Amino acid sequence: MSSLSDQLLHRIRDAHKRRNLTWWERTYLPAVMQGLLLTSNHFWRNLFLHMAHRVGLFRNHPAAVTIQYPDQTRKTGIRLRTRHRLTKRDDGTPRCVGCMMCETICPARCIYIVAGEHPDPNVEKYPKSFDIDLGKCVYCGYCVEACPEDAIRMDTQRHDIAAYSRDGMWLDIKELLNPGTRVFNEPPEKFVQLEITDFPKLTPTAPPPPPGTSVTPPQAQR
Amino acid sequence: MIVDLAIKLGVCALVLGGVLNFAGMQTWLERKQSALMQDRIGANRAYFTMPWWLGGWLLNPVLRKLGGLGILNALADLLKLLTKEDIVPEQGDRFLHTLAPLLSVFFALMAFCAIPIGPTVHLWGRDIPLQVANVNAGLLFVLALASIGVYGVILAGMVSGNNLSTLGGLRASSQMISYEIALGVSLIGAIIWYGTLDLQVMIEKQGALLGGWLPAWGVVVQPVGCLVFMTAALAHTKRVPFDLPEAEPEIIGYFTEYSGMKFGLFFLTDFVEVVLAAAMVTTIFFGGWQVPYLTPDGFVFPWGGTMAVTHLAYVGLGLVSFTVKVLCFIWFFMLIRWTLPRFRYDQLMHLGWKVLFPLSLANIIVTGFLVVALS
Repeated sequence: MSSLSDQLLHRIRDAHKRRNLTWWERTYLPAVMQGLLLTSNHFWRNLFLHMAHRVGLFRNHPAAVTIQYPDQTRKTGIRLRTRHRLTKRDDGTPRCVGCMMCETICPARCIYIVAGEHPDPNVEKYPKSFDIDLGKCVYCGYCVEACPEDAIRMDTQRHDIAAYSRDGMWLDIKELLNPGTRVFNEPPEKFVQLEITDFPKLTPTAPPPPPGTSVTPPQAQR
Repeated sequence: MIVDLAIKLGVCALVLGGVLNFAGMQTWLERKQSALMQDRIGANRAYFTMPWWLGGWLLNPVLRKLGGLGILNALADLLKLLTKEDIVPEQGDRFLHTLAPLLSVFFALMAFCAIPIGPTVHLWGRDIPLQVANVNAGLLFVLALASIGVYGVILAGMVSGNNLSTLGGLRASSQMISYEIALGVSLIGAIIWYGTLDLQVMIEKQGALLGGWLPAWGVVVQPVGCLVFMTAALAHTKRVPFDLPEAEPEIIGYFTEYSGMKFGLFFLTDFVEVVLAAAMVTTIFFGGWQVPYLTPDGFVFPWGGTMAVTHLAYVGLGLVSFTVKVLCFIWFFMLIRWTLPRFRYDQLMHLGWKVLFPLSLANIIVTGFLVVALS
């Protein structure tokens, strides 16, 4: 009496032996027909769906799996480590206290902080400049782990970082506080130093919509 | 005399324009049909706009729509091919290198001369055959030109001074001798059945009805011949699953050393040959321009109804019927091209010599018996 596992073992041992094809199978006609049926099924279904989408029907049945990238973005996982940002207090000043924990732990040494004295004696310090060189960053997330103030996060859902030069990968404190505001065609302002009174003025006039937070149905774009 | 010439030129323009447009359309079809079959979107980005004073205010929305459908990609392709540098390799022969694509495309286009695209038109006291050359051995003419076409490919492989091109050319020649016999022999059954080599007569005979209701199309009376011929014709077009002369992943193919419009001509030849294969299958096995139950006097349905049709409407219906059938076959060949993987080299030889050839021989014998028994 053979147990189930024995039977499975025999099957695996015999798997390399090919079954002899029947005469009808050896003409390859049934397999060809099956294949043509499958692909033409897809063709007619997608053709119908594309035409139906034109007149606004079957909107929730996508006709293609394509996500047209710059126009549409894929919904990213909430825990995905994406580009950094600095969190703010209610008055628009950074939450960062300039403790240098992130700069110290950074394995790529891509964080550059210049700390200044905060007018509030309970806070002690604030970052005059806070720069990250994304060309060096390895996206390990240690800075986020190390921060005692929850001042730096990697949750902007921005991962489309491309630049024509190494300088183009530079993020200064203005960009880090308001992600997506920097004009990437222009050379960056490195180590730009801000006074504590400058921060409330940094609020962007029209904040850009965060990408990756929603996905438009793929069939909407033509 | 002048009028006859003008009519002939008109028919030529109709056939040539139709064939070239179908060939150009296939670049679009190849992109979009494959995309639909694989759940993709396909080409939808290439478009251009006109300045407003050149009709842009009217045309630009249309152009954007066409670009969204991927149709303008064909224009972009053409522009790219025409403006690319024409390179002849140092070890190559400039004259033969230029001649090869021209030979290819010339013979592929010439073969359409003998294919009737519609019934004979009786207009203004004239009989106008909708056929460029009324050859009474039209079938042989088409087969001969189709097989000469492969010379261009072999020549291209020979004079490119590139081992991969030479391999491609050699593969083309040996592929040709494995499908060409089946291609010819599979038609002998049809020739015995119709008793003619004239394609126009062949089509007219397919207008008969079997048992009073079934159109006597070639596919009904010669199913095996049709299958073998379609397979061999597919091999003739040098496209997947029979694209051994190109075989992009193995050898880049006979046109490795071609660039610009010379490559474009080879590209065009492939598509023209697909149209040729579709037209041949339609003509010999699917009734050509025949519409079921349509006689020159009008529709005569097997259930007893009749519907009179004027002569010009009869001609128009014939032309539409031929076009639709050819389009269906182009679609079908494209479906095969995007479904089946490439045959291995020995598999193609096996298929040609050991399967298709005996099958078509058996078809001749059975057809011969049937013709004798029925007469």
